[in-house]
Amino acid sequence: MDIVTFENVSKTYRSGETTVTALGDVSLKIPRGMFTAFVGPSGSGKTTALNLIGCLDQPTRGTVTVAGQAIGSMNRRQSAAFRGKHLGFVFQDFNLLPVLTVHENVEYPLLMIQDLSKAQRKPAVEKVLTAVGMADQAGKYPAQLSGGQKQRVAVARALVGNPALVLADEPTANLDGATAQKVIDLMKRMRDEFGITFIFSTHDPRIMDQADAFFHMEDGRLKDDAATGGAS
Amino acid sequence: MIKVMSLAIRNLLRYKRRTLLTGLLIAVGVLAVIVFTGLSGSFKRAIVGQITDSVLSHLQVHKKGYMASIDNLPLDRMIPEKPYNKLSGILSDTRGVAGFSPRIKFGAMLSNFAQTTNVRLNGIDPEKELTAVPLLPSRIKDPKDPDVLLAPGQVLLPEILAKGMGVGTGDTVVLVANNRDGSVNGMTFEVAGVVESLMGPGGRDGYLHIDDAAALLRMETIEISEVAVRVTDFDALTDVAGRINQVLSPMVTPKGQPVFEVHTWQQLTPFYNVVRMIDLMTLGIKIILIAVVLISVLNVMIMSVYERVKEIGTLAAMGTQPSRIMALFVAEGFCLGLAGAVAGAVLGTGALWILNLTGVEVAFGGAGQVFELAPSVAPGEVLSACVIVLLVSVIASLQPAAKAAALEPVDALRHV
Ligand SMILES: Nc1ncnc2c1ncn2[C@@H]1O[C@H](COP(=O)(O)OP(=O)(O)OP(=O)(O)O)[C@@H](O)[C@H]1O
Ligand SMILES: [Mg+2]
Repeated sequence: MDIVTFENVSKTYRSGETTVTALGDVSLKIPRGMFTAFVGPSGSGKTTALNLIGCLDQPTRGTVTVAGQAIGSMNRRQSAAFRGKHLGFVFQDFNLLPVLTVHENVEYPLLMIQDLSKAQRKPAVEKVLTAVGMADQAGKYPAQLSGGQKQRVAVARALVGNPALVLADEPTANLDGATAQKVIDLMKRMRDEFGITFIFSTHDPRIMDQADAFFHMEDGRLKDDAATGGAS
Repeated sequence: MIKVMSLAIRNLLRYKRRTLLTGLLIAVGVLAVIVFTGLSGSFKRAIVGQITDSVLSHLQVHKKGYMASIDNLPLDRMIPEKPYNKLSGILSDTRGVAGFSPRIKFGAMLSNFAQTTNVRLNGIDPEKELTAVPLLPSRIKDPKDPDVLLAPGQVLLPEILAKGMGVGTGDTVVLVANNRDGSVNGMTFEVAGVVESLMGPGGRDGYLHIDDAAALLRMETIEISEVAVRVTDFDALTDVAGRINQVLSPMVTPKGQPVFEVHTWQQLTPFYNVVRMIDLMTLGIKIILIAVVLISVLNVMIMSVYERVKEIGTLAAMGTQPSRIMALFVAEGFCLGLAGAVAGAVLGTGALWILNLTGVEVAFGGAGQVFELAPSVAPGEVLSACVIVLLVSVIASLQPAAKAAALEPVDALRHV
């Protein structure tokens, strides 16, 4: 069963007179449990594709289906609820809340989005923090952490709600090579441990090689029509 | 709800200096409102109390048309004995009336055997007068007998006249008066005390016994100029006045004219305008408070939203509902207002407490009258100032909060 499908998806942006085609007639399928990468040069449409999968944006044409749900049919409230329930996000700039501790940052989706009780939240937060190796830093604030540590907390936050799919747009772009590698290793391990599908974008060739499958993008199109490289 | 509040408070504390300054601004506004209401309220109570408790009483009944020429102290618009007895019966039966006192008001010549001057006089029944204006004795300087306000054959002279003519307690003076028909009569009196002057109508009048007044004016039967009425509950004055009016208004002369007219203290003294002015100023200060809170909270919240666009995008992307993002920002404005209001309430009541300890003296009017104010503020007033601040804080946060909630996560995340 595919967790993500694109059927002839196009996305165009209008800026004044000119229209920019960020995605042009893309069709693809991503099976559940895959560690999938979107790769390609800057401006090739990686972020656009990830935003569509993340229900943050709507296609101009075509159909995007995520976890069995056509994303074009949802209103703001519904898509927020859908994201909160099924998706996790890891950002390039970590985007942790500076006023919350590590523990509270990871707790946020359970507290403010899923509205779980304290008894339900505590073990879940401790479990993911242990899994990413940040349990001993739980009381620290983001400002007290290194970039790699922040991204591990961000991964924990994406995982805590037990999503079907985690999206990471250039999760390693702000990290040095060794740290980037560790974060990728961590995400792979999480995939193995929790069976969660990971979809990320990168233009780092070393990271690219780690993916089970990747989509090579150029000018808003898939370069390789085979759609999947590497494994699968 | 608690979790939204707690996150809001953390976000407020993030910009400590800005929050502190804005909170302080709100606190100073609340402080100003409380101190001003406390001072003006006690000033109001002091002058109104002084006037109603020692001169006017709370309301007065006259023969219809008397008030129109009250400055002349007309002797041809008196309440004759029979209608007065009827009126007295009605007043005794009216619920809420604490006491009433009939007065004969007239002008006379005062002589100390060397000089002569004009004096305005009230013929009173001392016992009844005390039920209508209990604080009158406090205005008597140098009384002959502290236990007796006034006995037949005695007169209480207004301070300025006594001073000007060099007469004091125990001296003998002559009062000469014209009666309604123009015939003149004179009688000697012993000065039983000097009445301190007070601003406003009736504040510089002398007093003598009602029987003496009737004799001096050669009345065959007693006739009354005015009846001063005191109510038990000052706040219910309008009700009592209404009840009295209701009973009196059906009483008409054969020509169909009403017999009596009823006026409350507000209609009897120009100080009512001072009171109204004070109320207006209190309102003005409250409006300034509203403006201060509105502008400062709006300003802080607009900045908060603008600075945290990317953060809002992150929360929204993760699946936080727009309504909850809105609630987060409204809670932030609410907490800011709450902190300012509480601080202001504490500072304000503290300031009033200190003012009470040191005492506030206010000189008022040409007579050099000094009021010792005991500024206090009703808990309801403090609460209402706080409620205003909270309400305005929430209203000021609504627009920025709605803007935050309406942000599209994709656009917000791209914001740098
Ligand atoms: N909101 C927008 N308005 C106008 N044009 C946009 C918008 N978002 C993206 N684009 C354009 O769409 C194209 C694809 O952008 P996208 O961000 O998907 O590329 P990317 O592969 O993620 O690039 P990078 O590696 O630099 O992040 C680019 O030409 C970009 O300029
Ligand atoms: Mg991108």
